[in-house]
Amino acid sequence: MTALRPDLAIIAREVAVGTRVLDVGCGDGALMAALRDGKQVDARGMELDPANVAECVARGLSVIQGDANIDLADYPEGAFDYAILSQTLQTTMRPDLVMEQLLRVGRKAFVSFPNFAHWRVRLSLLWGGRMPVTRLLPIAWYETPNIHHVTVDDFRALVRDQGIKVEGAWFLSGDRLTSAAAANFRAEHAVFLLSR
Amino acid sequence: MSDDAPFGPDRHITLPGPLALDGGGVLAPVDFAYETYGTLNADASNAILLCHALTGDQYVASDHPVTGKPGWWTRMVGSGKPIDTDRYFVVCPNVIGSCMGSSGPASLAEDGIPYGMRFPVITIRDMVRAQALLLDHLGIDRLYAVVGGSMGGMQVISWAATYPKRVASAVIIASTARHSAQNIAFHEVGRQAIMADPNWRGGEYYADGKGPDAGLAVARMAAHITYLSEQGLTEKFGRRLQNRDAKTFGFDADFQVESYLRHQGLSFTDRFDANSYLYITRAMDYFDLAEEHGGHLANAFRGSATRFCLVSFDTDWLYPTSESRNIVHALNASGAPVSFVELSAPFGHDSFLLDVPDLNRVVDGFLKAGGQ
Repeated sequence: MTALRPDLAIIAREVAVGTRVLDVGCGDGALMAALRDGKQVDARGMELDPANVAECVARGLSVIQGDANIDLADYPEGAFDYAILSQTLQTTMRPDLVMEQLLRVGRKAFVSFPNFAHWRVRLSLLWGGRMPVTRLLPIAWYETPNIHHVTVDDFRALVRDQGIKVEGAWFLSGDRLTSAAAANFRAEHAVFLLSR
Repeated sequence: MSDDAPFGPDRHITLPGPLALDGGGVLAPVDFAYETYGTLNADASNAILLCHALTGDQYVASDHPVTGKPGWWTRMVGSGKPIDTDRYFVVCPNVIGSCMGSSGPASLAEDGIPYGMRFPVITIRDMVRAQALLLDHLGIDRLYAVVGGSMGGMQVISWAATYPKRVASAVIIASTARHSAQNIAFHEVGRQAIMADPNWRGGEYYADGKGPDAGLAVARMAAHITYLSEQGLTEKFGRRLQNRDAKTFGFDADFQVESYLRHQGLSFTDRFDANSYLYITRAMDYFDLAEEHGGHLANAFRGSATRFCLVSFDTDWLYPTSESRNIVHALNASGAPVSFVELSAPFGHDSFLLDVPDLNRVVDGFLKAGGQ
C-alpha cells in the first residue's frame, strides 16, 4: 500500500477505533481503506467524480456519487462519529454551509485545507503580482477547482463565528508537522478536528 | 445429470405452494422454469440470484431456445466474468406471469384451459415471494447476492425489503423504487395496443394460435424507444432511408429507424406472449416500495444488514439517475451500507445489457468485497 497523503495520515492516526466515518470527497478511497483495514472503521464515502467512485466500489468501499454542496443534506443528524472533508472545503460553493452540514451529520469533523497565507503564496503574490501558482497550488486561477481560498486565520474566524469548538489542530510544512506558532505564515496545510 | 436434477440449464419444477398474492388471491401449484450455473458450495453460501427484466427470461448465459441468440447477460455472467460461475452458484428463474415456463397466463388452469385473463394480477413482491419458494426448494437460505437491472432491479430491492436476512448483497442497476406517471403512461400505451388488436379476444387466443401479434408488436415498438437514448437513435439511424434513394411519399418504412422498430416489434411476437406482457407491465406499474412501507422508503430498509450497490446511466430517461438517488437517500437515512455511481454510457436504459466496462468493474469489485 502506498503511503497516505500527510494530512490524511494525521486524520487516520487520530480517528478512534471502531467508529462510523463519512469521508466527503473521498477521492480514490485511500483514507477509507486505511481506516477500514487499520481501525475497523465503518467507513462511507461521497465523491463527485464517477471514475473515482467506480474505483472505490471496486475496492469494496461503500461510496456514493454525490456533491458535498447538495447531498450532505440527505444524511440524518448524527449519523457518523466523524465527517471528514480533506482538501475539499476550498472547492465548495458555500464552505460555511458545508461546515454546518459536516457537524450536523457527524458528531465531530476533520477538515483539512491548503493555507493560502503560507509565506510562499504571500511572496508569490507580493513580488509577482499574479495569482500564486506554487508547488502546493499548481493550477492557474482560471482552471483551479479552488474557488474559495482560505487561510488558517480565516478558518479560525469562521469556526469562531459558527460557534464550533476546535478540538485539535495540526499544521504541515511539506510532509512534516510544524508548530502552531505563526501557523498562518508557516503552514502549507492545516488539519482541524472540530465539534459542536 | 438426469433431467429432473435440481441444478443445471433449462430446469423445470412444479411446487405445491400455495403462494399468497398481494392482490388477495392464491397461486397453487406454482411452476418454475429456471437455469443454474456453477456449483453450490457445501454450506450453500455462494448463491447469487439473478432477476431478469420485463421481457427477459432464465436464459442468462445460454442460448435462447426460440431465437437461438446467446443469453442476455453473457457480458456479466460466466467463467471469469464479474458474476463468475467458477466462484458463485448462479440461479435465474423466469418470473411468474411470464411465458418461458413459469406460471403465467398461458399456463393451464385447473380446468385444463389456459388461464388467459383468469390468471391473478401479480406484483413485483409476488414474483419475489415465488422466487423464495424456489430457493427454499433448492436448499438456499441466504443469498450471497441478488442482482438485477430494470425490472430485475425492482425485484432486487423488493427482495432486500421483504427478506432482509436472506440477502447479503444487493445490486440494483438502472432501476427505481416506484413506477412514475410517465412509466405507467408508456406501459398503458402498450397494453391498449394489445387489447385493441381484434385477435386479443379478451385474452382467449391460445386455442387457435392466432394471437394479437400486431398489438404486441406496437407495444414493443413503443417500449423499445424508451430503452434507447435520443443520441443513440440519432447515431444509429439519423434520418437515413431504408434501402432506397428517395422518400416514397407513402407509408412504407422509408426511414431506417422505422424499419428497425418494425423488426423489433415483429421478432418480439415470436418469443413473447401478449397476455404476459399485460400482466408483467401491470406488476411494474403497481410497484411502489415506499407505499408498501407507510409512505417512507427508508422504512423498507430499517435494520437491514444488506450491502447495496446502485448504478444508473446518464442517458437512461426511463429510470433516470434521480430514481436511483431516491433509493440511495432512503438507504442513507436507514444507515445501510450503500454504494452508488452514475455511469456514462450512450445506450440509454439498455446500457445495463451492453458494453459498459465500468459497470463490469463495479459489479465485480462490489461482489468480491462481499466475501471479505
